[in-house]
Amino acid sequence: MNHTVQQLLLAAVVVLPLLGSVAALLPAPPGLRGRGPDQAVMRHGVTVTGVVLAAAIALAAGFDHDHPARMQAQTDIGWIPALDIRIHLGVDGVSLPLLVLTALLTFLSALYAYFNRPSGPSPKAFVALLLLLESGTLASFAVLDLMLFFLAFEMVLIPMYFLINRWGGAERERAAWRFILYTLLGSVVMLLGLLLVGLKGGTFDMVALATDNGAKLSHTTQLIAALAIIVGLAVKAPMWPLHSWLPDAHTAAPTVGSVLLAGVLLKMGTYGLVRIVLPMTPDAAHTYAPYLAAFAVVGIIYGSLACLALARTGAKGDLKRLIAYSSVGHMGFVLLGIATLTPTGVNGALFANIAHGLITGLLFFLVGALKDRSGTTDLDQLAGTSGAALYGRAPRLGGLLAFGAVASLGLPGLAGFWGEMLAMFGAFDPADGLSRPAYLTYMAFAAFGTLLTAAYMLIVVRRVCMGDHPIEPGTGTEAQRPALADVHGHEFAAWSPLVALTVLAGLWPAALLGLTDPAVQQLLAGGTR
Amino acid sequence: MTPNASSLATSLVQSVDWLAVAPPTIAALAGLAVLVADLFLPERRKHLLGWGAIAGLALAALALLPLLDGDRSTFCLTSGAHACSYTADTFALVIQFLVLGGALLTALLSFSSLDDLKLPAGEFWFLLLSSAAGAALLPASRDLATLVIALEVASLPAFALVGLRRGDRLSSEAALKFFLSSVTATAVMLLGVSFVYAATGSLHLSRIADALTHVDPRLDTLAQAGAVLTLVGFAFKTAAVPFHFWVPDTYVGAPVPVAAYLSVVGKAVGFSGLILVTVLAFPSYADVWGPAVAVLAALTMTAGNAAALRQRPERSFSAVRLLAWSSVAQAGYLLVPIAAAGYADSGQDASRAIGSTVAYALMYAVVNLGAFAVAALVARTSPANRLTDYRGLYAARPAAALALGFFLLCLAGLPPGVIGLFAKVTVFSAAVDAGLGWLAVVMALNVVVALYYYLQWTTVLFRAPEPAAEPEPVPAAGPAITRPRAVPLTAAIALTAAAGIALSGAPQLVLRFASSTLL
Repeated sequence: MNHTVQQLLLAAVVVLPLLGSVAALLPAPPGLRGRGPDQAVMRHGVTVTGVVLAAAIALAAGFDHDHPARMQAQTDIGWIPALDIRIHLGVDGVSLPLLVLTALLTFLSALYAYFNRPSGPSPKAFVALLLLLESGTLASFAVLDLMLFFLAFEMVLIPMYFLINRWGGAERERAAWRFILYTLLGSVVMLLGLLLVGLKGGTFDMVALATDNGAKLSHTTQLIAALAIIVGLAVKAPMWPLHSWLPDAHTAAPTVGSVLLAGVLLKMGTYGLVRIVLPMTPDAAHTYAPYLAAFAVVGIIYGSLACLALARTGAKGDLKRLIAYSSVGHMGFVLLGIATLTPTGVNGALFANIAHGLITGLLFFLVGALKDRSGTTDLDQLAGTSGAALYGRAPRLGGLLAFGAVASLGLPGLAGFWGEMLAMFGAFDPADGLSRPAYLTYMAFAAFGTLLTAAYMLIVVRRVCMGDHPIEPGTGTEAQRPALADVHGHEFAAWSPLVALTVLAGLWPAALLGLTDPAVQQLLAGGTR
Repeated sequence: MTPNASSLATSLVQSVDWLAVAPPTIAALAGLAVLVADLFLPERRKHLLGWGAIAGLALAALALLPLLDGDRSTFCLTSGAHACSYTADTFALVIQFLVLGGALLTALLSFSSLDDLKLPAGEFWFLLLSSAAGAALLPASRDLATLVIALEVASLPAFALVGLRRGDRLSSEAALKFFLSSVTATAVMLLGVSFVYAATGSLHLSRIADALTHVDPRLDTLAQAGAVLTLVGFAFKTAAVPFHFWVPDTYVGAPVPVAAYLSVVGKAVGFSGLILVTVLAFPSYADVWGPAVAVLAALTMTAGNAAALRQRPERSFSAVRLLAWSSVAQAGYLLVPIAAAGYADSGQDASRAIGSTVAYALMYAVVNLGAFAVAALVARTSPANRLTDYRGLYAARPAAALALGFFLLCLAGLPPGVIGLFAKVTVFSAAVDAGLGWLAVVMALNVVVALYYYLQWTTVLFRAPEPAAEPEPVPAAGPAITRPRAVPLTAAIALTAAAGIALSGAPQLVLRFASSTLL
């Protein structure tokens, strides 16, 4: 496809949600009023995210798959000459999958919210915030200027804060505060690091800085800057011990908020590590990698143990909180992959990023649906004495939940498998100069973590999906449990793409790895374009 | 006339470049005209005075246009080294624009307050215009005597403005507090100026700078003491930390538009004087005032934010109090580039650092005036102006609530307040460039702390309104009468919001000062 069209598509992907967000606040024009202002604005949200998804898919289709390492669809316009900030957009094999994932998850969220309106204040504001959030996340994957990256990174916070604060569940205000204060503290520190890189490196352009490969930065500058940037990104990723905002935020957030938080926002942290820290401060990345890997492994084990504790009978474990902690573990694999500094590990990390977005997005959707039906996400209440018996009461929902759980524990043949395996492969043979014995230890712990993951996921499946049949024996009447509606049509529509992609990515990982691998090779070797 | 006499005339009689001095002069003349007109206008025509004042300020701002083509100087020494008392360079023009624009917006805010608080119109406009004239004179003055005079012309009317609410105990107390602490600061500064004059034998900034490089060793201490004491006066005006105690009480006691004026124009006066004195007069003492200003900046932002955090929302006037403390914190950010200028290797670098302050000040002026404008609007219906009164503002007045939210996010430096974010980035980069890493870190922490209260206020705006607040009849009768006359106030909010949004789209408009040499 021709270059200008690609440029326009990429610009549209970033700008359209922003315009849509403003438009959502205005009264609907005649002809688009729908069945009432609420319905009209929710439909507006679905339309805009749908168009953005279409643009993102068109962009992916037009992407030159023979040269995924090359920045494509680049736009480079001066914006603030005083600070040497340019509107520089572009995609390569690393960012393209994330762009499409973001567009897809936001569209599915909007679709889900259209039929299943979140309880809270006006839907107008909800749609406006959702679109603003989409614009910020897409922008952070598409921009190639450090300051713009920071701007996009920050832009996400306000809408997410309000989504949790206004449409969330219990304890939402505290959780929202915690979320925003943690991430703001991280991102201000990151800003200092980015400024240091930009001022000493002489430019804020990410492509140019990656090409320099840290040549213009002294070792000390690299160490300071990389530390600041890593801390900022690690809060977002989240890396143990900076993760403690995450479980609260996930638990309190509305379904759509959790899906986007887990599916998309967390990826911004790991994406930043791959895009900024690895190529721009390679020496510092080398120095910090073993520590990063150690924290990552602690995160894996810690996340799994926390989940195991939550899944126990009588622990009053919240399913949403459990999935949030499992995210800490999964993101631990991503961080471990990045910390190996090998193409294998980084590819694995990027793959695990996408897989986690698909699978955890699906799981949060399912848990949200379960909450709508039964009014609780408390495992003990759901399961009662024997189990929630979802297989019997709502077989399709139960089946999907089991599918999400086994995908999450990394069953071969599904998306969750490849990323974690590649990350561990990378740790088996880390980059030159990194201590092999240390990484072998990390790998062993990570492998143990997969076992723990399997354990708690299977416990969850047993307690939620299995259990006694709801018809009381002998009497033939319904037990005291209320009947659960099975999966509705719109839910199928919102979830089936995630299921299909999970299977596809599991069976045909080359489709994704083929995109990321050349780009990763180039980033690690010092990008030359 | 004989040739001899004419040459004598040229050496004694200066030719004054009236065009260059037009902006402050027009403002001062307009003030006098308003004062005289007040005597002849009947009571029901008094509102014309306000439009006259606005026209005067607008004219003064327009008078900046012909000066854009290049630096002009006037009131120069006719013999000896070239030194001028008045220079209209880029720095002076930008600050004059800020001051006059700020005064203009304040004037727009004031219409409804004049009516609501029954303030004497003639005096009010006269005092506002004279203070604006002094504030416009200050950035262009290039000798210490003119600086001090300009500072006093800007301050004296301000005391009266603060105390203008007759019969209000808070107001007179605020004025007295403001007056006493300010006069002390002025006295200290005058002492400093006299020391500097004694040590260098000149009042012109450029000649002081030359003379300080080779001061008689016996006078060295005197010169240093003089420099420090001179800075104290300006530090007071910027409300830097040990001199900031007057701020909250003064802002609360003053009518809201006057508080807005002090927070923007008063600060602009302070920091432009500080810049002139440090960068132009005392560059050879940069190793002394550089660290001192850096410490001052760190203390100021920390103290301001800490106090702002501790404001209880249900206390009366908590909104203005919060804005007052936040303005103290913002003054800390404004000082950071000045400190960075002290560490600069060359005049060029120092001037660029100063540009960051100017850019930040422009952003701050627009946004802070906007926030005060909304506060003035809310003050009309709930005079106590508590933070809790802002609850549900979005439901009652969506546009005002969105505007206030935007202004607060700009002050906080969060998107969608892009301009606030990038203004902070320029300040950060000035600090990092100068090697003041610790100050950058302190500022980063402060930015996060400040986010807390700005965001909390923003959230309150979008809460559902208090369900119990329905005893409407009494307050509804009041605003129903006065509401039509809030047009200027609405215009002020619209203007600042439009300016803020335009700057967020094209930050280069103000940030270009951060990359150019101004002085």
